[in-house]
Amino acid sequence: MTARETITFKLDGRDVSAVPGEPIIEVAKREGIEIPHLCYKPGLDAVGNCRACVVEIDGERTLAPSCCRAPQPGMTVRTDSERAIRSQKLVLELLQSDMPEADYTLHNEVDEWSAKLGVGKPRFTARAQPVRDGSHPAIAVNLDACIQCTRCLRACRDEQVNDVIGLAFRGDQAKIVFDMDDPMGASTCVACGECVQACPTGALMPARDAALTVPDRSVPSVCPYCGVGCQLTYHVKDDRILYVEGRDGPANHGRLCVKGRYGFDYAHHPQRLTRPLIRRHDAPPKTGDFVMDPTRVMDVFREASWEEALDFAGGTLRKIRDTHGRKALAGFGSAKGSNEEAYLFQKLVRTGFGSNNVDHCTRLCHASSVVALLEGIGSGAVSNPVMDVTRAEVVILIGANPTVNHPVAASWIKNAARAGTKLIVMDPRRSDLARVAHRFLQFKADTDVAMLNALMHVIVTEGLVDEKFIASRTIGYDELRRNVEGYSPEAMAPICGIDADTLRDVARLYARSKASMILWGMGVSQHVHGTDNARCLIALALMTGQIGRPGTGLHPLRGQNNVQGASDAGLIPMMLPDYQHVTRPEVRARFEQAWQLAPGTLDSQVGLTVVEVMHAIKKGEIRGMYVQGENPAMSDPDAHHARESLAALEHLVVQDIFLTETAYLADVILPAGAFPEKTGTFTNTDRLVQMGRQAVPPPGDARQDLWIIQEIGKRLGLPWDYQHVSEVFDEMRHTMPSIAGITWERLEREHAVTYPCPHEGDPGQPVVFTDEFPREGGKARFVPADIIPADERPDADYPTVLITGRQLEHWHTGSMTRRASVLDALEPDPTALVHPLDLASLGVRPGEVVTIESRRGRVSLYARADDGTPRGAVFVPFCYYEAAINTLTNAALDPFAKIPEFKYCAVRVSKGGDAPRQSSYGGGQILAALSSVGA
Amino acid sequence: MNARTIPILVEERQRKRATPKGRVVDPAALADVRQALGSAARARDMLIEHLHKLQDKFGHLSARHLAALAREMDMAQTEVYEVATFYHHFDIVKEGEVAPPRLTVRVCDGLSCELAGARDLLERLPAILGTEVRVIAAPCVGRCEQAPAVAVAQHPIACATTEAVKSAVDAGRSRHEPEGFVDLQGYKEEGGYALLKTCIAGEIEVDQVIKALEDSGLRGLGGAGFPAGRKWRIVRNEPAPRLMAVNIDEGEPGTFKDRVYLERDPHRFLEGMLIAAWAVGIGKIYIYLRDEYHGCRAMLESELAKLREQPPFPGMPEICLRRGAGAYICGEESAMIESIEGKRGMPRLRPPYVAQVGLFGRPTLEHNFETLYWVREILERGSAWFAAQGRHGRSGLRSFSVSGRVKNPGVKLAPAGITIRELIDEYCGGMQDGHRLYAYLPGGASGGILPATMGDIPLDFDTLQPYGCFIGSAAVIVLSDKDRAVDAARNLMRFFHHESCGQCTPCRNGTAKASALIEKDRWDLPLLDDLSAVMRDASICGLGQAAPNPIDCVIKYFPQELK
Repeated sequence: MTARETITFKLDGRDVSAVPGEPIIEVAKREGIEIPHLCYKPGLDAVGNCRACVVEIDGERTLAPSCCRAPQPGMTVRTDSERAIRSQKLVLELLQSDMPEADYTLHNEVDEWSAKLGVGKPRFTARAQPVRDGSHPAIAVNLDACIQCTRCLRACRDEQVNDVIGLAFRGDQAKIVFDMDDPMGASTCVACGECVQACPTGALMPARDAALTVPDRSVPSVCPYCGVGCQLTYHVKDDRILYVEGRDGPANHGRLCVKGRYGFDYAHHPQRLTRPLIRRHDAPPKTGDFVMDPTRVMDVFREASWEEALDFAGGTLRKIRDTHGRKALAGFGSAKGSNEEAYLFQKLVRTGFGSNNVDHCTRLCHASSVVALLEGIGSGAVSNPVMDVTRAEVVILIGANPTVNHPVAASWIKNAARAGTKLIVMDPRRSDLARVAHRFLQFKADTDVAMLNALMHVIVTEGLVDEKFIASRTIGYDELRRNVEGYSPEAMAPICGIDADTLRDVARLYARSKASMILWGMGVSQHVHGTDNARCLIALALMTGQIGRPGTGLHPLRGQNNVQGASDAGLIPMMLPDYQHVTRPEVRARFEQAWQLAPGTLDSQVGLTVVEVMHAIKKGEIRGMYVQGENPAMSDPDAHHARESLAALEHLVVQDIFLTETAYLADVILPAGAFPEKTGTFTNTDRLVQMGRQAVPPPGDARQDLWIIQEIGKRLGLPWDYQHVSEVFDEMRHTMPSIAGITWERLEREHAVTYPCPHEGDPGQPVVFTDEFPREGGKARFVPADIIPADERPDADYPTVLITGRQLEHWHTGSMTRRASVLDALEPDPTALVHPLDLASLGVRPGEVVTIESRRGRVSLYARADDGTPRGAVFVPFCYYEAAINTLTNAALDPFAKIPEFKYCAVRVSKGGDAPRQSSYGGGQILAALSSVGA
Repeated sequence: MNARTIPILVEERQRKRATPKGRVVDPAALADVRQALGSAARARDMLIEHLHKLQDKFGHLSARHLAALAREMDMAQTEVYEVATFYHHFDIVKEGEVAPPRLTVRVCDGLSCELAGARDLLERLPAILGTEVRVIAAPCVGRCEQAPAVAVAQHPIACATTEAVKSAVDAGRSRHEPEGFVDLQGYKEEGGYALLKTCIAGEIEVDQVIKALEDSGLRGLGGAGFPAGRKWRIVRNEPAPRLMAVNIDEGEPGTFKDRVYLERDPHRFLEGMLIAAWAVGIGKIYIYLRDEYHGCRAMLESELAKLREQPPFPGMPEICLRRGAGAYICGEESAMIESIEGKRGMPRLRPPYVAQVGLFGRPTLEHNFETLYWVREILERGSAWFAAQGRHGRSGLRSFSVSGRVKNPGVKLAPAGITIRELIDEYCGGMQDGHRLYAYLPGGASGGILPATMGDIPLDFDTLQPYGCFIGSAAVIVLSDKDRAVDAARNLMRFFHHESCGQCTPCRNGTAKASALIEKDRWDLPLLDDLSAVMRDASICGLGQAAPNPIDCVIKYFPQELK
């Protein structure tokens, strides 16, 4: 395309110009001419069905919809002719005649346009009105207000590609339906709420009239859940969040998922910790097999003032350090906290405790990916943003279920697939994306390396490698080539369960495409061979040169909202901020200078990782811990063991917003601020640093995390005096070259900046490794991998494979989402997903209780028939305290990354058992209570 | 801690979800679907074909089969459901609902059939046939010359009586076996496909053929009247691959000419179609046949199979026969394209035009059956022969589908420009005994209603516009002094209301409101005038734009009936 020429035409008597293809309605808007419109919504495809925007074009027999018509040179268009206005008004009158009396929204666009055009009381008799559908906890369906404009349908199908909403029947019976005209709550709806955001009349509205209240302020922020980093707006009244809307951020462009949109009211849950708590002298002794009830917290704890709690918490830590040495303490920070909190927390451990014993849940998710990436290409971050899938010809998605775990990212993947990108999904479980995939490879769990090596074998033997890229930008290819020689697709097919032809086809597709991307999740990383799995993916990209360009590259989908930022900020035991290794003297010297420490102060030894800390407690090496916003008692593998360890600590300080399973074992609990109660920066999976802003104050006497960390620091003797979060950020950017160019003011202004951004004013680089890799010599390295079986294979006693993971509505250990009313109502109970035929052979009907047992523990929960789960396996989400599946998982570690094997262990499934016993949250209790008082 | 105590719920309450979200695919239903589909392609454009397979096999579409079909075709359930519910010939039965009886008797309640007593049949048949048979009214089934027309399952009954219907039901007649047509062999023996072969052999230039068509003045006979030769030229100049779509969805009430010709001489049409494909450079041809023409479908299927076995020339384009499913709107060219693509038959907005962006997004030559039917004769007899036909200053021939109160209804090949009086007297044996011409519909349901006093207007494209009418597909329905224009308008508006696709407000709401307004004894003329204006001016397609014609004509030409 050359420079955009413009065309000129006549609009309401004046000469105006337009870009070719631009709809008349947009030209008119620019010219200050308002044309009524209902079905038209920028961002959605124009469909021209409401006909409210018709205009008169000279020489045409009928009027034309201005939303769907591009002007031609010399055209004469009237938006205000008698004939055009007559039709515009009649369209509004026809719709108005079928509108209900009740208002469902504060902004009914039919009413608004009718008022503007002076449409009076409609003269037509109303249609027979459909009944209200109140089946969904989050969304009220009032089809009596529906005008069949299909904005919701386009939002659901074109935008989010959830394909739940349809337009069924015909004529004046035409009806917006969910699946097969099912109640919304019984449909496949994932409650992303995009339809609600799109509806012009309130036919689809937040349930319980949530949006009929006028907010007194609206705060731009980001979502606290996953690594996608959707920007959103909190609408607040009287210091309570009323509702949330999507904002046009780089990662989401207005889209949200169910958690982002409806998962906010955990912050207002009555079980929020509002006062510091100290363990009572007469509390029952700490044990690993406790049963917790957050409503009976006072049996175990007593309230304390901040002064007392901080003195006790910090003072005891200090005492342990001074008595038993600096290695006797450890700290777990959080990937849910801000960059500034992560930075300050690791600084506290490194300078206050005096060791590198700091880690967080990255160890449990992508540690292996990061190890492989650092080793292979010198950087643990993604090479390209998720959005690059729209520029790729081929996308391989392996070991990830983004429709559940990264829903908005999944929507971009689905958009790309609909637009022609060939999506290849590889997963032992059939996920929703399989439907839109070009190929779906349901390989046998634990056989990643076999399958990936077979792909590489094809690429090597069929001459599909990028010789030039290998020669100029990599080292170690020969070793890899020799290694994959033994992995022919024919030999690997029986191992991985994918036939050789399919393997060959996929290898060719990936290698030959102009732009291929690989995205992966914890199905790849959470194995004892997690690092090897990632090495194979890296090698695939390197041997085909599919990295370093738009639409090519490697993207490990990050789990937590700030797992990228927390790792960047040094919340890991081997690296100081910005991945500067603690063993390198020049690195330590630089930080000692920046932090104004005496030379030689910083510990030169790599610290302990999450699971290693638990072992060290058992051995008596770690005596005190400070845990900020993490819940290892739920999230660690072999959780009984983790709980026993935590119970064995001399002193445990837990800083959190709820009484978590971990906090239950604490000596001091410090009530912190929830996400919407504080300001800070968060880095998403795309390396995008974004501003989260405080929307509401913390409840009661709860305090913001940054303040608490600083106060603990002071009690450890640190001379800290940060007056504002921006001061912490400023210190960070001066020690972290990657973000050196990002200023707080710019984040305030632009909301989001991508790094690397070494200099102020740099635009930021979404795509990296374009010319060289950040390793010695600038070259990436191939690392061959061979098959290592899972640590614990099924056998006669434990014949079934347990796969753990997450589900759409719940976040991580559930402490937030199970206290969010809508999310809890949508997924109230622990379930085990079992193939229907396996279920039948157990003699279990869907919904009945089953018991799952491993060598380490046993839980009972409800069986759910799911034909996406492979035969011989069971999938269980780990967010349910009443059926804590991590009491069964295996703590075996990947030797390189120390990540536990959450995705594979041997269990036995049997019919029956005691139904899981819920205490004071979960089970849909919040909404049930609301509806019982007649809300 | 201001903890609020929330009672722990009873353990035995109903657990909410025993399955993942939504309806789970039943393995047994999936097996049914796989068996019914056999080896047929699972591509999305096959959806309606596959729905027919299930409807034919099971007598209805159960939700479990629809869910299984969605899975089998990698579609969302709603994508299948919204298509299935769009078409009247699919009976969807959800969980807990009762399936309809296996046998359905459809009584045409089109205007001609209504004049001939369809209402009476509809009233009496249910009691006569019993609860094992479903009797429903059907919009015009394209057998107006046989009014009242009834179909027992797929078996058509001409000039139906309750006795005839009862005996067909009792005899288990449910299919239509076509007979008496010129088959491939017979057609070839008469010299058929010779012209096509000379084209393929290069003995005639494409330009010559297109010029002959242009000179003949042949216009699109589906109703829009676009010059056929010019259309060929336009599409030919579009980039390949180009597709062709043939419209035999003949659904305009009163129209049955395509069926009559097809039932007798299918290869004459197919040869014209293949000549057009050759001239325009068509890669693949889709024929869309209305579902009601079951006999034609069976015959076309077998004749096409023969043609594929003995193609008149090597490399003949692939020809796909697609089955409508009961939707008048699918006769609209872009709605038909949507339907061929397996979607709801909702018209597209234009521009872009079908010639540029048509079927599957490709440039598409779309033709009515009859337009192609005349290609061979025009090329063989010369364009001058065709152009020389005509009366009252008009040129060419028209196939009038005449029904209503005339003595001999049927397809009348007559000169363009003939008047209604001439047509009735010269071609139809005059009015039925005891009936006097009162009014006539020159162009089916959409073409308006004219009074007998205006019986001298030449009937052709372009001649009726000044009177707010048009000839369309030349479906002439004759009303007598025993009939009222108001009743005709009500019948027609019920039809439009029933057949509106529901996409745009003026038509979706407009046909419903208009139908209700004119059912009243007193008509609200100013409101009807407003309604008519918005429907004409702002509807997406011809259905909504023409739907007010009967109302406007009644108000204009039959004011005495409204007093």
